[in-house]
Amino acid sequence: MHKPQAQSRRIQTRGRSILGAITQGLAVAIALLAPLATAAGEITVKGSDTMVILGQRWAEEYMRAHPSATIQVTGGGSGTGISALINGTTDVCQASRAMSAAEKEKLRDRYATVGVEIPVARDGLSVYVNASNPLGEITMDQLKLIFTGKVTNWKELGGPDAKIVVYSRENSSGTYVFFKEHVLKNADYTVRAQSMPGTAAVVNAVAKEKFGIGYGGAAYAKGIKVLKVKKDAESPAIAADESHVKDGSYPLSRPLFFYLRNKPTGDVGAFVDWVLSASGQAIVTKVGYYPLK
Amino acid sequence: MATMSGQSSKPQPGRVIPVGLAPPPRPTLPRLGPPPLQPTERKGHGQAERPRLASRRPILHTLAEAAIRVLAFSSIAAVVLIFVFIGKEAWPLFHDSAIWKEVTLAKMWFAQQWPGYDAAEHVWQPVSEIPKYAVWPLVVGTLKVTLVAMLVAVPLGVGSALFVSQYAGRRLREIIKPTVELLAGIPSVVLGFFALMVMATWLQHALGLDSRLNALVAGVALSFAIIPVVFTVSEEAFGAVPRSYVEASTALGAARWQTIVRVVIPAAGPGVAAGVALGLGRAVGETMIVLMASGNAAILSANPADSVRTISATIAAELAEVVFGGAHYTVLFFLGVLLFAFTLATNLLGEFAIGRMRRRLGGVA
Repeated sequence: MHKPQAQSRRIQTRGRSILGAITQGLAVAIALLAPLATAAGEITVKGSDTMVILGQRWAEEYMRAHPSATIQVTGGGSGTGISALINGTTDVCQASRAMSAAEKEKLRDRYATVGVEIPVARDGLSVYVNASNPLGEITMDQLKLIFTGKVTNWKELGGPDAKIVVYSRENSSGTYVFFKEHVLKNADYTVRAQSMPGTAAVVNAVAKEKFGIGYGGAAYAKGIKVLKVKKDAESPAIAADESHVKDGSYPLSRPLFFYLRNKPTGDVGAFVDWVLSASGQAIVTKVGYYPLK
Repeated sequence: MATMSGQSSKPQPGRVIPVGLAPPPRPTLPRLGPPPLQPTERKGHGQAERPRLASRRPILHTLAEAAIRVLAFSSIAAVVLIFVFIGKEAWPLFHDSAIWKEVTLAKMWFAQQWPGYDAAEHVWQPVSEIPKYAVWPLVVGTLKVTLVAMLVAVPLGVGSALFVSQYAGRRLREIIKPTVELLAGIPSVVLGFFALMVMATWLQHALGLDSRLNALVAGVALSFAIIPVVFTVSEEAFGAVPRSYVEASTALGAARWQTIVRVVIPAAGPGVAAGVALGLGRAVGETMIVLMASGNAAILSANPADSVRTISATIAAELAEVVFGGAHYTVLFFLGVLLFAFTLATNLLGEFAIGRMRRRLGGVA
């Protein structure tokens, strides 16, 4: 089981940009799994890059508790996962966005079902600054300007006259890609952005850097200040706390979904039930996302 | 010169003795019995043991020799295999047209006008809509950190080596030498952590730098790893300067400092150079310290207060999660080839310098 998972991690990092490589990677994963294909209780999970880490943890824990079960988790992106669901090559699709109407239509054409959407976790990305930073809130636009290097001084945001020290993640990080997609709208990070090996390293760096700014999971936010985020200049500033992430009013929050073709039964049903159970949801918190309840 | 020939003639009698132990002439000597031809030095070795040794040695010898030969060649083989493997993984960059769609050598080495950028720039953004693999920011970053490290490590390493070998008393030497060498035993993660947590803040406050993590912090931290290398080799070089040189200089009326500046340092010069070259190789290849303390931003600038991304840190940070056989993977292996070639060159240079010094000092070192 480990090899295909490692493969999927690699795929996760590059996302959809290199389709050829992904298909190659999947081919390897499938080839490696071929001998296992006949095993009873095998479940395939495919989709969102953001959720691969969560899916893998779920799979590991579930397989530990249920030795007869085999769960194969791969990434590729939400879109890839949904296509796989439509093509019938995966049992469960992980998606960090809702299925589009067009996708639902395709599913109905093939299987006479609109599919089953099951929210399994919530995700909220926080913006960290040093505890001494006078700023309390920031707009999505300002975030983009800072992280693409168009704004380089806190003065321009109404703060002190000091250079902004931008902390980002290594480009192998899923959070790096998420932030790039949702905040930078796929523009490049500024070359001055310092790459930290993990969220904890970002938090530590920002805690020690008076004029630093970084991003990462809210679970890590200790010893630093988390900025409230405004969707645009007119919107209210929202904190990345559990309640605002859960109701979706925090601009960088979003539900994470499982999509299935039909109501889950049998092995898949047992897995989904377990994911939604207290022990499955406990792993959500461990991985760094928010549980549903 | 007189001392040199004196030195070089000395080892020869030493070498004759082991030859005398070799089996073939041995059995003939006892048989010759009473009239020994040049017996005086050989008699003392005890003739009773000779026949036994003569029968056993060849097998032991051949076995040991074979084992040693295998060991020696295995490390050579390892070096060759590593180079071949790294080269093989980087090779597609030179001929694979599928990879050329994403990256070419020209795009790596020359500034490119990318969409969304104001001017032609060297950009390292391998995870992007349009992946950008400019290597200059990484090469310059590596050289910047290395330069800072060498500027700190060479004066400190050579200086303390000179002090320990020329000035320090026996007791002081026995404190300083192991302490400096202990520095080599500190894992680079620990040095990196120290730089990240303590030194970065301290240097930022002391020098008023914009960001905590930069080439300066990484370079200074790196120098701690380099100092023992420079120190150990230099100290050995200074120690290898024959006493007679110093005595001759003193006899001619030179003061101590004059002797050191005019005689000891020039004589040990190649050895010190070797230490510096080996330190340079270590500095260029060292990964953990720079990964932790440099900030890892691929900025192309000459300013040592800017954050830098070194070649080694880039490989360490990105290789684990990259698509196997893809363009990014290939580029990282190409960086590995660059790094390997550079460290190999500096190490060869160091070895060459040591060899030259040995010859110059007539085999004393």
